[in-house]
Amino acid sequence: MPDLDQIFVNLKHWLLGQLEGILSASWLELVSILLSLVPILIVFPTLFAIMTIMERKGLGRIQNRYGPNRVGPFGFLQPAADGIKALIKEDLVPRAADKVVHLLAPVILVVTAFTVYAVLPIGRNMVVLDLDAGLLFFFAVGAASDLAVFMAGWAIRNKYALLGAMRAVAQMVSYEIPLILSSVAVVMITGTLSLPEIVMAQSTHFGFLPDWFVFTPWGFAGFLLFMIAANAEANRSPFDLPEGESEIIAGYFIEYSGFKFALFFLAEYLSLFAICGLGITLFLGGWNAPFAGLEFIPSWAWFFLKLITLMCLFIWTRGTLPRLRQDQLMNLAWKFMIPMVLINLVAAALWHFTGPGFMRWLTSGALLIVAHLFLGNPQFERKDIGKRTYRFAE
Amino acid sequence: MTLSFAIIAALIIAAATAAMTLRNLVHSALAVAIAFAGLASAYLQLGAQFVGLTQILVYVGAVAILIVFAVLLTRGGEAPEKSVFSASWFWGAAIATSVFALLACAINHSFASKRALPPQPSATVEQIGQDLMTKFVLPLEVIGLLLTAALIGAVIIAMRDESPKSKIEDGGSKMDKTSGPSSILHPPSSSGGHQ
Repeated sequence: MPDLDQIFVNLKHWLLGQLEGILSASWLELVSILLSLVPILIVFPTLFAIMTIMERKGLGRIQNRYGPNRVGPFGFLQPAADGIKALIKEDLVPRAADKVVHLLAPVILVVTAFTVYAVLPIGRNMVVLDLDAGLLFFFAVGAASDLAVFMAGWAIRNKYALLGAMRAVAQMVSYEIPLILSSVAVVMITGTLSLPEIVMAQSTHFGFLPDWFVFTPWGFAGFLLFMIAANAEANRSPFDLPEGESEIIAGYFIEYSGFKFALFFLAEYLSLFAICGLGITLFLGGWNAPFAGLEFIPSWAWFFLKLITLMCLFIWTRGTLPRLRQDQLMNLAWKFMIPMVLINLVAAALWHFTGPGFMRWLTSGALLIVAHLFLGNPQFERKDIGKRTYRFAE
Repeated sequence: MTLSFAIIAALIIAAATAAMTLRNLVHSALAVAIAFAGLASAYLQLGAQFVGLTQILVYVGAVAILIVFAVLLTRGGEAPEKSVFSASWFWGAAIATSVFALLACAINHSFASKRALPPQPSATVEQIGQDLMTKFVLPLEVIGLLLTAALIGAVIIAMRDESPKSKIEDGGSKMDKTSGPSSILHPPSSSGGHQ
């Protein structure tokens, strides 16, 4: 049913057609830009509100408790209560803080988090800015958020915040390399940096399976590495050392209160959605339906279904994995992820040059399995830390 | 000169001036980051998409962070007591102006400025990639080799400190093995992972 699929695109064109006689061309262009931007500014924060309650419910379930259950039916109006609370709380700025930088940090973080959505295709013909270098734009804008995190940690003049900011920046800089290199494999195969074109490259079918890159050896390895790196980029558990409640209280946003704190929270989730969206676009076929028979469900619905599935995966990881130590974090990035990602590039090249057939599966798959066997577990043991023994516990 | 170019140019100049004059080193570093972002928008305004986005990725994302790290790790970030201007600023300004005048005069009279502008080449990202992989593959490889050499050199410089410390850590682990439970008293050193 093409109508439902293109309903938002047609709605925009209809609205612009209604206004055509009334407004001049330059105003019409402005309205067109606004009509593309405003839905993003509404939909993703709404998704943020839904995800927070789902996360708290899910974590509660994992930890054998109820989670929020007082506001509204089954506690599902909790985000509204949280929002009102954040708005009416007093905004405290410590006396020693650098006022301007303190104010700018959360603003820059939210702005960069929103900006990356400009190139993300959330449905057929539904992308705000079809850039030639969309992927590059995504990473360039995402990289600017590192500096905002540092600004937040530095401006407060609090040693915990500074420690958290240093940890965060070290972690984000380290994990940016595997994040970018794992998507380079996709660029090598498709030969384009434009995200809509990458989605189009995955729209065919291979037997009954869709031609998504996650169903190839290099794509599968790339997807796993991408998701681990995305988790670390978003500073989420098990990579939440920068926030480490038990060590440095809350890290770089320790002295933020009221709505500024809510902005940090919003930016964290927005960048997580964006990076999940990029993972979907690169490896999970973007807005394509998995089977030809399911194409009656509109493309944007598929995108959001995949996004929510990935978010549930993130909630599950957060609830079940313990936090990494600093040396484990860096070892994982530099000794495992980066070599693995580089080998994945070779595997993608093998896949490309072997030509269609069984051999390409064998060569690139075998290369990745052997690489994982050699790079895997043994080197994460730190020899100088003996087995932990307990005196008062078993 | 369009309005958008004027705004971007004013932003770059203001940020660069702030980077020179601000007392606090971290403030200067942040002002430099704004200047980098302004330059990137100037490139984007000229239609050089790849250069503009790479400018943000490399300079705002990495170089600014590097500067900030260097400032924080080398010395205290406190503001200097004296004015940031040197006492002989008058002579400095005079020399700078005369050098600028000389250079401007030379450039203005050179044959390069009288040449007709070549037709603007279309520099799409795809074309840049094609050229880098075919026509300019050797320079690309040489730069890659240079960067690898620099990386190895940095690792070697960073490793030199490590040898006495690793002995201590070995001693510590031996002690742990003999005294058993005391290992819970030694938190793992966090310096292991830093580059």
